Amino acid sequence: MAQFRAHSVLPGFNLALGFTLLYFSLIVLIPLSALFFKTATLGWDGFVDVASSERVLASLRVTFFTSFAAAVINAFFGLIVAWVLVRYSFPGKKLVDALVDLPFALPTAVAGIVLATLYAPNGWLGQYFAAYDIKVAYTPLGIVVALTFIGLPFVVRTVQPVLADVEAEVEEAAASLGAGRLDVFRRVIFPAIYPALLTGFALAFARAIGEYGSVIFIAGNMPYISEITPLLIVAKLEQYDYAGATAIAVLMLLISFALLLSINALQWWSSRRGAR
Amino acid sequence: MSLTTNNRIAVNTRITTTESKPVIGLLLIVALTYLVLFLGLPLYAVFHEAFSKGSELYWSALKEADALSAIKLTLLVAVIAVPANLVFGIAAAWAIAKFEFKGKSLLITLIDLPFAVSPVVSGLVYVLLFGAQGWLGPWLMEHDIKLIFAVPGIVLATIFVTFPFIARELIPLMQAQGRDEEEAAVSLGASGWQTFWRVTLPNIKWGLLYGVILCNARAMGEFGAVSVVSGHIRGLTNTMPLHVEILYNEYNFVAAFAVASLLALLALVTLGVKSLVEWQAQRSGEPLHGAH
Amino acid sequence: MSISIENLNKRFGDHVALNDINLEVKSGELLALLGPSGCGKTTLLRIIGGLDVADSGKLLVNGLDIAQRDARERNVGFVFQHYALFRHMTVFENVAFGLRVKPRKERPSDAEIKRRVTHLLQLVQLDWVADRFPSQLSGGQRQRIALARALAVEPKILLLDEPFGALDAKVRKELRRWLRQLHDELHITSVFVTHDQEEALEVADRVVVMNHGKVEQIGSPDEVYATPASPFVYQFIGNVNLFHSRIHSAWTEQHGDAVAYVRPHDIDISHTQQDNEALAGEIKLIRAVGAIVRAEVAVAGSDELVEIELSRERFDAEPMVNGDRVFIRPRQVRVFE
Repeated sequence: MAQFRAHSVLPGFNLALGFTLLYFSLIVLIPLSALFFKTATLGWDGFVDVASSERVLASLRVTFFTSFAAAVINAFFGLIVAWVLVRYSFPGKKLVDALVDLPFALPTAVAGIVLATLYAPNGWLGQYFAAYDIKVAYTPLGIVVALTFIGLPFVVRTVQPVLADVEAEVEEAAASLGAGRLDVFRRVIFPAIYPALLTGFALAFARAIGEYGSVIFIAGNMPYISEITPLLIVAKLEQYDYAGATAIAVLMLLISFALLLSINALQWWSSRRGAR
Repeated sequence: MSLTTNNRIAVNTRITTTESKPVIGLLLIVALTYLVLFLGLPLYAVFHEAFSKGSELYWSALKEADALSAIKLTLLVAVIAVPANLVFGIAAAWAIAKFEFKGKSLLITLIDLPFAVSPVVSGLVYVLLFGAQGWLGPWLMEHDIKLIFAVPGIVLATIFVTFPFIARELIPLMQAQGRDEEEAAVSLGASGWQTFWRVTLPNIKWGLLYGVILCNARAMGEFGAVSVVSGHIRGLTNTMPLHVEILYNEYNFVAAFAVASLLALLALVTLGVKSLVEWQAQRSGEPLHGAH
Repeated sequence: MSISIENLNKRFGDHVALNDINLEVKSGELLALLGPSGCGKTTLLRIIGGLDVADSGKLLVNGLDIAQRDARERNVGFVFQHYALFRHMTVFENVAFGLRVKPRKERPSDAEIKRRVTHLLQLVQLDWVADRFPSQLSGGQRQRIALARALAVEPKILLLDEPFGALDAKVRKELRRWLRQLHDELHITSVFVTHDQEEALEVADRVVVMNHGKVEQIGSPDEVYATPASPFVYQFIGNVNLFHSRIHSAWTEQHGDAVAYVRPHDIDISHTQQDNEALAGEIKLIRAVGAIVRAEVAVAGSDELVEIELSRERFDAEPMVNGDRVFIRPRQVRVFE
């Protein structure tokens, strides 16, 4: 025991850690391991069969492509929003700032039905696209719209504090050395916020990969075209194909873990760079 | 004379650390358009659609029996899931922030795990565990216990997806506060519970509230995980988000948006309370997110 | 209350924090634990206070072994380096805390708590800040409130961890005199930790000098300054000149590899050679600093600089300037092999 933890006069360590580990095991660890054991019954070949089937690969392509596109859109506009919120003052700024978190607070199903309604060919926004023969809802483009909504706060919220931390003096120093405004941004500000921007991008991307609720209403869910991987799991489940659903779920879980690890690495890197 | 000339030079050559007016204007327009298009308009549209056929239809959609039972179930799920994760969050933060032990950073990473898992997968793991085909399925069936496609499954799946919310809020906060005050309390004769209630808890109250609000919003709004384990039995295992889905798929748009408007209202309240908590925490000097 | 510590050991992983500590704290005395950072002094204090546990050894209070007792049962007042005031409580509630958490049977009435807290706040001369929060106080005020809070439970022993460490120089001096006076009034057995030799010498009845987890010397401030027990104590407390035996054999009276330690004010300096033990040298720099005069003398035949302090009167009696040829001779030498 003495080896395991350092002495402290504060009580409750055994109780607190014991409860933490028990609760974690019951809620997270055991259920997640059930997933891997179930896949094991499928065998390696069975797993590969499911994972490499044409429909699964197509759904992965759709999921990755739309998630990536949404994360790129969010990285670009999120940076501008963060910039505006940190640097400028305008009426209603506090309200706008609070509203940025809406996608965290609004249930995904609500987001899904309202976006589907807005971007339907006869919807408020969809009609303008329809005029140019562009379909948004019920196509991969609709998925991008939903995922952009879901991922919107991530980039803003990771870049905002870092941008606020960039010292005015550093900018003044650069300007006093003759750098133009664009140079200052490119050479002084952007390098400082770049790791945070990348972290925000990765967070938005990771969230988009697993998203389900907001997408299914707007996606149209056409196999091979606008079917995302989480939906495919549900589809398999509804056909009582538990093994198939499990195999895809394991695949997704592995992708999620890889993303979690790279995000941790990114944050570690960005906090090291941020340290002065 | 020379003084004014000098002044003019000083003004003209002042270092500029802000953008020109047109650039500021352009950036503001881009940012606000983006936010209005993706946040403001959808939010407004929820209420617009809900009331599109008049307030009478709106209210009757909410007073309908299935809607009421969905509201009740959603509240029930939150009332169980949030306190459960609250107790866990406090226990985990106490162990991690106030003590030194091996494997601590691994534990911190593991607590975040449910955030990395797709909601659908979160639901699936419980089906595999408790469902008819699952590990414990046969045993549960024998004893006539139904967890999946029933309320307990919905509660479990909700606890899973909201698992990290409170813990990840409290851990950095309590780490930043250190254990000096607790040690002082103990040396002054306070018992463990007295130390916790009188010293630790008042110091983390805003962070705690913050975590609870976010946890609650997700617990009430969760769709994917709950959808997999619920079985969509109307009046029995439908939460509000699931009820919205059913109504929408039946082309009953007004009713769907009426229920959705309640959830949107919940989101707005959440954002309001969240801002209030942030403001209060800033005022009382309690850092909300620990050290950066 | 007397404290006696016998053969105390403590490790943190591979790091030996305390190595076989033996120590007596007499009843009613004010003892300083002095040493550089990382010497184990704070660990020792925390073990006495029950905030840490020793790996082995005995800790006796009035002859009773209290090693197994919880911090809350020890009746020890602990003043933390960064005060550890409860930030969400007013000054009054901070001081009252120890009384309010007593078991119901022993807990004083509200009126009694108010009386005692007010008395303590008067004692630390801060009764006018009772309704403020810690964040609204200056560092020195926080320190005094932390002390009042520790005194509220009427401890038998008072422990202070770097009590003045976080304060600026002027406040430090004031507070240290004030602490001495307070101790003379209350006579609680007190131990305080410091890395500042001046603080230890000025305030404490006795000083324990520690280094690398060991006790180097225990003695009165005068003893540790005038007769240091080890080269470490010599160097840690006050300035000192080192003379190696190979070069200055006459002073060390040894032929082995020994080092002589001489305080700057224990060296005579003169234009004339008093005896053959004196060394010839040249004044590189001489300057009056307040009441004393400091000189740096380069000893002939070596590149060592010797630091010398002489009184103003001595200097006035025989004025010197840079570049003078002089002879130096120690009045008091301590040799360590």
